[in-house]
Amino acid sequence: MDPILFIVFLPLLAAMIAGLGNRALGSVAAKTVTTGALFIACALSWPIFLGFLGGHAEPHVVPVLQWVRSGALSFDWALRVDTLTAVMLVVVTSVSALVHLYSWGYMDEDPDQPRFFAYLSLFTFAMLMLVTADNLVQMFFGWEGVGLASYLLIGFWFRKPSASAAAIKAFVVNRVGDLGFMLGIFGTFLVFNTVSIPEILVRAPAMAGSTIHFLGMQWDTMTILCVLLFIGAMGKSAQLGLHTWLPDAMEGPTPVSALIHAATMVTAGVFMVCRLSPMFAASPTAMAFVTIVGACTLFFAATIGTTQWDIKRVIAYSTCSQLGYMFVAAGVGAPGAAMFHLFTHAFFKALLFLGAGSVIHAMHHEQDMRFYGGLRKQIPWTFWAMMAGTLAITGVGIVDVFGFAGFYSKDSILEAAYASASESGRFGFWMGIFAALLTSFYSWRLMFLTFYGKPRWAGSEHVQHAAHGDHHGADTHAHGHHDDGTAGYHPHESPLSMLVPLVLLSTGAVLAGFAFHHSFISGGPGEFWKGSVAFSEELIHHMHGVPWQVKWAPFAVMLTGFLTAWQFYIRKPETPAQVAAQLGGLYRFVYNKWYFDELYDRVFVRPAFWLGEKFWKLGDIGLIDRFGPNGAAWVVAQGSRGAQRFQSGYLYSYALVMLLGLTAAISWVMVH
Amino acid sequence: MTGFPILTLLLAVPLLAALGCLLAGAQTARRLALAATLIDFALGVVLWSRYDIGGAQWQFTENVALFAGFSYKLGIDGIALLLIMLSVFLMPICIGASWRSIDKRVGEYMAAFLLMETLMIGVFAAQDLFLFYIMFEAGLIPMYLIIGVWGGADRIYASYKFFLYTLLGSVLMLIAMMWMVNDAGTTDIPTLMAYDFPVGAQKWLWLAFFASFAVKMPMWPVHTWLPDAHVQAPTAGSVILAGVLLKMGGYGFIRFSLPMFPEASAQFAPLIFALSMIAVIATSLIALVQHDMKKLIAYSSVAHMAIVTIGLFAFNVQGLEGSMIVMLSHGLVSGALFLAVGVIYDRLHTREINRYGGLAISMPRYALFFMLFTMASVGLPGTSGFVGEVLALTGVYQVSSWVAAVCGMGVILGAAYMLYLYRRVVFGIQANPDAAAMTDLDLREWLMMVPLAGAVLWMGIYPESFLRPMRQDIAALDARLSRARPTGDATLTPGKPQSAVRAVTETGHEQPASAPMRAH
Repeated sequence: MDPILFIVFLPLLAAMIAGLGNRALGSVAAKTVTTGALFIACALSWPIFLGFLGGHAEPHVVPVLQWVRSGALSFDWALRVDTLTAVMLVVVTSVSALVHLYSWGYMDEDPDQPRFFAYLSLFTFAMLMLVTADNLVQMFFGWEGVGLASYLLIGFWFRKPSASAAAIKAFVVNRVGDLGFMLGIFGTFLVFNTVSIPEILVRAPAMAGSTIHFLGMQWDTMTILCVLLFIGAMGKSAQLGLHTWLPDAMEGPTPVSALIHAATMVTAGVFMVCRLSPMFAASPTAMAFVTIVGACTLFFAATIGTTQWDIKRVIAYSTCSQLGYMFVAAGVGAPGAAMFHLFTHAFFKALLFLGAGSVIHAMHHEQDMRFYGGLRKQIPWTFWAMMAGTLAITGVGIVDVFGFAGFYSKDSILEAAYASASESGRFGFWMGIFAALLTSFYSWRLMFLTFYGKPRWAGSEHVQHAAHGDHHGADTHAHGHHDDGTAGYHPHESPLSMLVPLVLLSTGAVLAGFAFHHSFISGGPGEFWKGSVAFSEELIHHMHGVPWQVKWAPFAVMLTGFLTAWQFYIRKPETPAQVAAQLGGLYRFVYNKWYFDELYDRVFVRPAFWLGEKFWKLGDIGLIDRFGPNGAAWVVAQGSRGAQRFQSGYLYSYALVMLLGLTAAISWVMVH
Repeated sequence: MTGFPILTLLLAVPLLAALGCLLAGAQTARRLALAATLIDFALGVVLWSRYDIGGAQWQFTENVALFAGFSYKLGIDGIALLLIMLSVFLMPICIGASWRSIDKRVGEYMAAFLLMETLMIGVFAAQDLFLFYIMFEAGLIPMYLIIGVWGGADRIYASYKFFLYTLLGSVLMLIAMMWMVNDAGTTDIPTLMAYDFPVGAQKWLWLAFFASFAVKMPMWPVHTWLPDAHVQAPTAGSVILAGVLLKMGGYGFIRFSLPMFPEASAQFAPLIFALSMIAVIATSLIALVQHDMKKLIAYSSVAHMAIVTIGLFAFNVQGLEGSMIVMLSHGLVSGALFLAVGVIYDRLHTREINRYGGLAISMPRYALFFMLFTMASVGLPGTSGFVGEVLALTGVYQVSSWVAAVCGMGVILGAAYMLYLYRRVVFGIQANPDAAAMTDLDLREWLMMVPLAGAVLWMGIYPESFLRPMRQDIAALDARLSRARPTGDATLTPGKPQSAVRAVTETGHEQPASAPMRAH
């Protein structure tokens, strides 16, 4: 049997065992089964990836089961393995395996662990179905499957109203994107008469220049199809407009944020655009659209990231922003760079989230960075892991020598955007450079607020609660002696099960860029990608020839961001409040996330409920019922003694009418 | 075809059991009803396994001429087979759902259910026009009784509404049938399905049938009987009402309106589309603001049935097959959802959503099943709901991108109202002590949920089992409709837009070699 079958279906099997066994099975058994399955899947995935890296593996498709045949429309369950899939396989299984392991420690005190691990494994299965899809409908299956798992995991702590609300929001906002995806699938079937991805990609270039009617307008065929599919990607990858669910999704447990809302699920949109890159290549308009949406998102999310206090929300907006970079790369025709950033980002962003989880764990569930500070010495392993992640995301490195993971991937995106020489590419480049400055600023801001300076823990209710609990019993003299801001609380480093994933991911954050950039980008991309993405040789060539200013610009803004953060949060900690006061309205606009939630609430949510109420009370009851059945009853009541008598006898009347009618019919037929 | 009269047996078993139930005591009646429905289910399985896919269009035919051309004629094709399977599958579950909750006049209740089973199977098996009419109309009488006798507080108003709507449709349909028999000279449904009625008359005939089927479906704006009927009906009544009775409207369109009046169907397709689009948006929004669980699911049924009607009038294979799968899927899923409501209604005796909350804590197994059916209702891939929805919408997209886009909104709204319901019932804290004290599913309830869950997943993962029996019949219907098939708005214009801005409509020489122009 092909190993891909085990990689995909072992997590499903484990999820079913853990989920259906639940409390009868017990926590330890459920955790062992799911984590074991994921480590096996991970161990089987790396050889596949290395096979493609070495250039001796061949793309192939493993059929599983027939799915639907309806006229010309047919699609099956099948697992496709090529370079693009192989990259996703190692990302998904590696991060998922480490997150499973990490959750042993993080979720240790939760009574519902079997359910949690079942959801995690179910998610992994759905994600693997998505990345191995050979047709658009199976991709949609994985797409919705990860949406379901995300919904369940965001709402995992279902007793919290905010968690349930965030879960619904995530699902419904994603569904808005999914409608685009579905219409894209329908349109694709109409045009190509198939939903098989390889067949579509072969025939897409020939469609360039044709037009199609959609919603009353005549569109360029490939443009409208790509834009519709991309709307799906915007939902899943939290791009501007459909991003509002992602920050709220932080209501889920932190390992979930690391796996789903950073490393894997949210990158599904990027994966989709790369998988369909030959299709997008047939429409310059759609490509420009992708670039512009990505560029706007990376800028907008980065601005918000600089102002938030919740450590997870900062990283969430950072994720949103980094996804924007990937779309810029995909939009300018460099899917290799997009996939490379996806790959490195998975490691360093999962690392940052798991590191944040470790901090939250140490700080007794306090997530507000205003109550952190000085944690460097208390939790050194976490500190160094977060440092590796920060160096990676800010793109620290020296051209042609060595850099952390993000250095290679982000810089190649910016170079590609510059080299593409299109209007949208230039826009993406300048937005990207500015956002790189903000990225550096908010990342170092997070590091400084959390690990440097003096402890500010005393202000935290969570910490006070914990410290209070600690001190009862042992020493009663504790109160009043802690004017150092610690409130007498001693943060503890996380257990080994949480530190091992941090160390392994740190290795990835440090080395992944250096080790693989040759294959993904600069070397022979044709040899590595083997046609699984559409890339332009010309663009690769131009990327090598960008001026030195372009090559060094990211470095310069990275340094500027670092120095600004240092000035703001180490040297003169009173500066941020002053700046915020000076900016006034602008600061409030950014701090309140550009008021998207308020806008959507007014424009969509409330009107939907209002309309529902009106359709019901005015339409159904006030109009249809009033002039329909109730009106008829009234008319009858006028004629007879009253509706009551009529109503009680209605059944007999009905049977009589039916029988009389039938008798009449039959006798009429007999007469003829 | 001669042979063992299995269809008659399918009709006779519940009918005889119904007579037995009338005479028997409560517990005997329950056991007898369960036994009869299980035997019928077993017969259904035999029917399915003996059905020759790819064989004759009409199988298991029986014919006894009675008088004046009116005959007791039975026979099924793949479409009827699947709907009969749905009926016999849901029936034992309904008996199970009534096992404890019905404690007055049990014998009569069981008799009404069994009689209804006979009549429902009869509707799908009848091959004589008047036989169909009797079954179709009489099938509602037991339903009136179930609502009117064993229903909730406001049952009289609910059954009155149900009656009034239905009466209007049935009278018009009967008149149309008489005209048809006069014109075609036969009451044989297969013959009529191939008979070409004059195009001018088709319009009136179509409207007369439409009046009846639209009410049964139900389509907006003749849907307002459904929420009241569901709310007042006992659990099993709701299951069978949503599960099978609503499918009679769709079956009517497939069996009568489309093959018998293809031109009129094409002519009225825009009307169907408009009503369906309104239904999807309006009833989904109404479902969002409901406080009563059964009313919410009833309104969601109207929205789902609108997907059936757009698929049927898409005039292509995907639309027709999608509609059939939506009907089967909705039968299972909405039946299961009403059952899920019934489970907690039996414990707390209220349908008020806000009286529940936090059920995931005390009823985890219940929460799992409810989640599965909720997801099937919102059309998650891997469940039956998705297959039907995606086929129906693919079909209708080829006719009108507007209809597909507007009805696609149902995908978003459906997720909103179902998850909002789930959140209020299952998530959150246990605010109400009596709701918190409820026990998880017992064995009886578990035995009702598991087959439904299995069927929903089966239809979602391997729908071929359900598509295969009807493929040939749908193809035949599609061929019959081809002469009236409308052109879609979403057709592709090939070539270079610079040279041929929007004038090129024929397949010109600029067309790329391998590009197909239209999908069927």
